[in-house]
Amino acid sequence: MKSASKSLEKTKITGAATVYINARLIDPASNRDEPGGLLVKDGLIADLGAHLRRNAPDGATVIDCKGHVLAPGLIDAQVFAGEPGYEHRETLKTASHAAAAGGVTSIVVMPETDPVIDSVALVDFIQRRARDNALVHVHTMAAMTKGLKGEEMSEIGLLKRAGAIAFSNGKSSLANTRVMRNVLNYAKDFGALVVHHTEDPFLSGSAAMNSGEVASRLGLPGASKLAETITLERDVRLVEMTGGRYHAATISCAESLDVVRDAKRRKLPVTCGVSINHLTLNENDIGSYRTFFKVRPPLRREEDRMAMVRGIASGDIDVIVSSHDPQDADTKRRPFAEAADGAVGLETLLAAALRLVHSGDMSLITMLKALTINPARLLGLHSGRLAKGAIADLVLFDPGEPWVVNKDTLRSRSKNTPFDEAKMQGRVLRTVVAGVAVYEYAGVERT
Amino acid sequence: MTQKKSHSAPVLFPRRHLLTCEGLSADEITVLLDLADQAADHIRQGGRKRDVLAGRTLINLFFESSTRTQASFEMAGKRLGADVMNMNVATSSVTKGETLIDTAVTLNAMRPDIIVVRHHAAGAVELLSQKVDCSVINAGDGAHQHPTQALLDALTIRRAKGRIAGLTVAICGDILHSRVARSNINLLNTLGARVRIIAPSTLLPSAPERLGAEVFTDMWKGLEGCDIVMMLRLQRERMDASYVPSVREFFHFFGLDHEKLARAKPDALVMHPGPMNRGVEIASTIADHSRSVIREQVEMGVAVRMAVLEALSAHLTRYEGAA
Repeated sequence: MKSASKSLEKTKITGAATVYINARLIDPASNRDEPGGLLVKDGLIADLGAHLRRNAPDGATVIDCKGHVLAPGLIDAQVFAGEPGYEHRETLKTASHAAAAGGVTSIVVMPETDPVIDSVALVDFIQRRARDNALVHVHTMAAMTKGLKGEEMSEIGLLKRAGAIAFSNGKSSLANTRVMRNVLNYAKDFGALVVHHTEDPFLSGSAAMNSGEVASRLGLPGASKLAETITLERDVRLVEMTGGRYHAATISCAESLDVVRDAKRRKLPVTCGVSINHLTLNENDIGSYRTFFKVRPPLRREEDRMAMVRGIASGDIDVIVSSHDPQDADTKRRPFAEAADGAVGLETLLAAALRLVHSGDMSLITMLKALTINPARLLGLHSGRLAKGAIADLVLFDPGEPWVVNKDTLRSRSKNTPFDEAKMQGRVLRTVVAGVAVYEYAGVERT
Repeated sequence: MTQKKSHSAPVLFPRRHLLTCEGLSADEITVLLDLADQAADHIRQGGRKRDVLAGRTLINLFFESSTRTQASFEMAGKRLGADVMNMNVATSSVTKGETLIDTAVTLNAMRPDIIVVRHHAAGAVELLSQKVDCSVINAGDGAHQHPTQALLDALTIRRAKGRIAGLTVAICGDILHSRVARSNINLLNTLGARVRIIAPSTLLPSAPERLGAEVFTDMWKGLEGCDIVMMLRLQRERMDASYVPSVREFFHFFGLDHEKLARAKPDALVMHPGPMNRGVEIASTIADHSRSVIREQVEMGVAVRMAVLEALSAHLTRYEGAA
């Protein structure tokens, strides 16, 4: 399959028109879910609607979608690529191949690299490397403090001008409230978005998993979910004081959702995300110390997972991220408490999210909203929608096709998936970036 | 232009101390500026030392190091014939643990006529003034006030522009920690100028709009149509405390360069209280530009301090006479 996408890379055609007929068009931005077709020209969506369901304009390459879903390509707002510094785990190129196979057309790479992305030169580096090597759009999340140390603010103004899409402190929280206040206050002047992993480092300490019955049985140090909620509550107060735009990167428990819901009710510029892991897995999945289920924030109880699902269904949680975090045997084949956090997730993102639809917890369009238009609006991207003139970033998928995940066939350079051998329902058939197919499942036919 | 006042007009400035610009009336300010104007002309014309303060003792009590302000007061005092004593507080009993009030009481016992005080703590000069019988001049207390700086800025503006009322003055940079900004906002407002403050949000005090200035966090917008661009010094330690990320970024967004200055009026003047950080808050070429009146500010500093000393000493005479 790797060779299939490579050959597609070589046959990049622009100028020519492609029409997708016989599709189920789903566009959460316009609340569209109807049979129809979509015309792509010069990398943009030239036309779409029911009138193109069967009629292909002359000269256009015709793709018969056979009634499958054609939606905006997914936008993943949290991807830990290993470049620079950890290329043995993942490069921008391999991450982009994984993204393409998962129907993801835009990824936001996190600053937790070596060196840390906290300077204009490194933002340039990422953008140049992505332009030359990546199949999908790559956006850079820059560090909000120098070296992610949580002490000195980074050059938020210059970094934003260089193209940084938002600012984060990676997998660590800013423990220093004063620095957090200053960052929010300063970022506001530049209209910059602050994305924060909320976890009180003193409270969670060296915890290996969620505190509670399972941790007690396993004899592992547990982190109270309060570590997350307390920091989130503090941040909301700071947002109220400063007016800075704030996004809680990945919440994981019901209490945090309450805090965000309350902040939104008070019209504060607060949004939040959740990782696909916290929507589909819980702490029981850790079983007998399976380190591929060690993620951050830790997997919580089933009640919390259900609360996260309801949060997506109600719209209180804005975005779903893969939190794709490649780790290798070095960091994962260790005793649970010593193993690194993180799970890869780009290629399984859509299929895992479809579980929420198949389980009847939400509609397909609601689920897709959290993976397309919501992250686009959050990050100020023009993609994530099916509209005339919009960039033709698309995913064609069969929401019903069953398959089994095999970690060895993942395109990601690291294989630490919590979904190995899991049964999935829903298969990406084709991924299109700016009009060009960057991934095609072997089963799809061209006519 | 300005109405010249007689040298012997003590009743026109009825205060014993000069501690703050807040609450000074336009008339009081004008008396001081007129006196200073005469003093400046007197010096420029090569006028000799006067004897207004002959036999009087002036103590410069600086708890915070200063070169130009201390020298300026010393020069002003000597030009008026006073005996000037500089107290080097760094090597005095203050470092041996003496409280500010004890220091004040001790100095008071020596019966000086005027004490000029600079202190790192806001409110310290006023506290000291309550414990002494002589006149006290605030030469800067923390981030609170530095009235003679605002007066010399006003004099510089008035001499260059002929007026202050109706002018738009932008004060740019570290407003949060600046006594110069606070003094100028008070004084310029009283004189009828429109004051703007321009800074990143991290360097603005809370409720900045309540200070009597229009607030901008975008310098390009804030300088639009300004008559006066007043830059403030950014202290390096502000960067370590994460108020701003770096010198480079600060200069890019809040440093005065030709591009940003072009947004102000074509005849806008550039001011800086000094000492300047070239390449941090002000481009070197602008500091030396023909529109820069930074050197005049220093010159007016001596004149304004002479005026303040003269005004207070006249009052001191009456005060002693009444006692």
